Amino acid sequence: MSMIQYFRCFVGIIQREALRFLQQQGRFFAALVRPLVWLFIFAAGFRSILGVSIVPPYETYVMYEVYITPGLLGMIQLFNGMQSSLSMVYDREMGSMKTLLISPLPRWFLLTSKLCAGVLISILQSFVYLLIAWFWEVEAPLFGYLVLIPALFLSGLMLGSLGLFFSSVIKQLENFAGVMNFVIFPMFFTSSALYPLWRIKESSILLYNIAMYNPFTHVVELIRFALYGQVNYYSLAYVSIACAVFLSLAIWGYDPTRGTLARLKGN
Amino acid sequence: MSEFPALHVDTISFNYGKQPALKDLSFHLERGNFTVLLGQNGAGKTTLISLITRLYNPHAGSIHIYGYDIRFQSAEALKRLGVVFQQRTLDMDLTVRQNLMYFTSLHGLERDQAKLRIALELERLGLAERSNEKVRKLSGGLIRRVEIVRALLHQPQLMILDEPTAGLDHSSRQAIIEHVRNLCKVKELTLLWATHLIDEVAPADQVLILHHGELIAGGAVQEVIDRTGTENIQEAFQKLIGINNKLKIS
Repeated sequence: MSMIQYFRCFVGIIQREALRFLQQQGRFFAALVRPLVWLFIFAAGFRSILGVSIVPPYETYVMYEVYITPGLLGMIQLFNGMQSSLSMVYDREMGSMKTLLISPLPRWFLLTSKLCAGVLISILQSFVYLLIAWFWEVEAPLFGYLVLIPALFLSGLMLGSLGLFFSSVIKQLENFAGVMNFVIFPMFFTSSALYPLWRIKESSILLYNIAMYNPFTHVVELIRFALYGQVNYYSLAYVSIACAVFLSLAIWGYDPTRGTLARLKGN
Repeated sequence: MSEFPALHVDTISFNYGKQPALKDLSFHLERGNFTVLLGQNGAGKTTLISLITRLYNPHAGSIHIYGYDIRFQSAEALKRLGVVFQQRTLDMDLTVRQNLMYFTSLHGLERDQAKLRIALELERLGLAERSNEKVRKLSGGLIRRVEIVRALLHQPQLMILDEPTAGLDHSSRQAIIEHVRNLCKVKELTLLWATHLIDEVAPADQVLILHHGELIAGGAVQEVIDRTGTENIQEAFQKLIGINNKLKIS
């Protein structure tokens, strides 16, 4: 297969996701409600009891709404990654995943293209969120919005890969509720999304250590620094390595010989 | 690679966990033949098709499509293969044309060429006027026809249809069988038609009979009838399954 055929395939997968997105605009906006509720209600209530000291990348005291915005952008990516894997379990149950997998192009390429398509939608969601947050006085320098794009792409790819791996392991759609309880919420709450790491350390060293190992913490920190035009290299390396590991696991999961998919009856 | 058969399945086995689904299966399909893969529900037809389409790899044995190993030369093998799965695999919220364009992109087809082929195949099936309708609005028979069109767009040489008439009424079933048989002649396709419905077997077909994951008979329909000493393929099928069951019990 030639490079141009790879390109056509990639464009085709992106176009299909875009068309599906246009069909499901309700889902797009519903996904925005979650972080906006956190911004408008949770942050408003919490700002008075949680003081945030000056920690990089912030150079002054910031409002709690400003502090949790990177965490909420991470939340959009996290839910989107898991939602796209949910749709893959659905696609597998309904059979449309088979159409993708019988393409003559390599399976890793097909799966990565599908992940990229989902990530692009989540980046769009993130910027719509930022636009609304801007009216709530959550502003970042213009350059920060540009640096944010690759940070969102990498973190979206990492979380999407994790979701894709789960989609290969999960046998039925109903089992997906477990992912919500055992993956999404623990990842979110044991990260620096809602409270700074030094605060966590003050109250529990164990929780601090868990947060430091939690890849979602590094997603949030990568986004936090990117939003101010800076690069947190430690988080960048951590997210990159996690992305490579999860993507490899996901591709392994869909491997026709060794993967978990091959062991599930009725797919 | 003109000397190779369209499909060569060589001593393949597959298990779901410890449960064997296919046991030492071997057969080949000659080019241009219409072969019916006959078996009751649960015989292993869909598993066999999943292996031929490389959704999974067999735990033992090998599969070649026009001489290309599906495991090690999958791109070349899959290029030559068109599939209609038992489950409906079209996106119900997209239009017929959008679904078909998506499929052509998965095969790396050039856009204008894809449009041309889609128009031609839809016209051939009398679906041209429905091309901008959402799949959800089509009847079961028409959805199957669109799936057949889709499987032909990359111009495969071997086509596999897994229970393509399942859930259709009698007239839709007949129309689809007729259409596919015609395709086999016109396009010189090799066809593997999996079904549990014996009335879908025609006297001129080749037949493979699968039972409990084992191939218990294969060849021209008349050969199978003669070998079993029966009057027709229905009796032959019932006898084969009965014999096989008795053998298993003893």
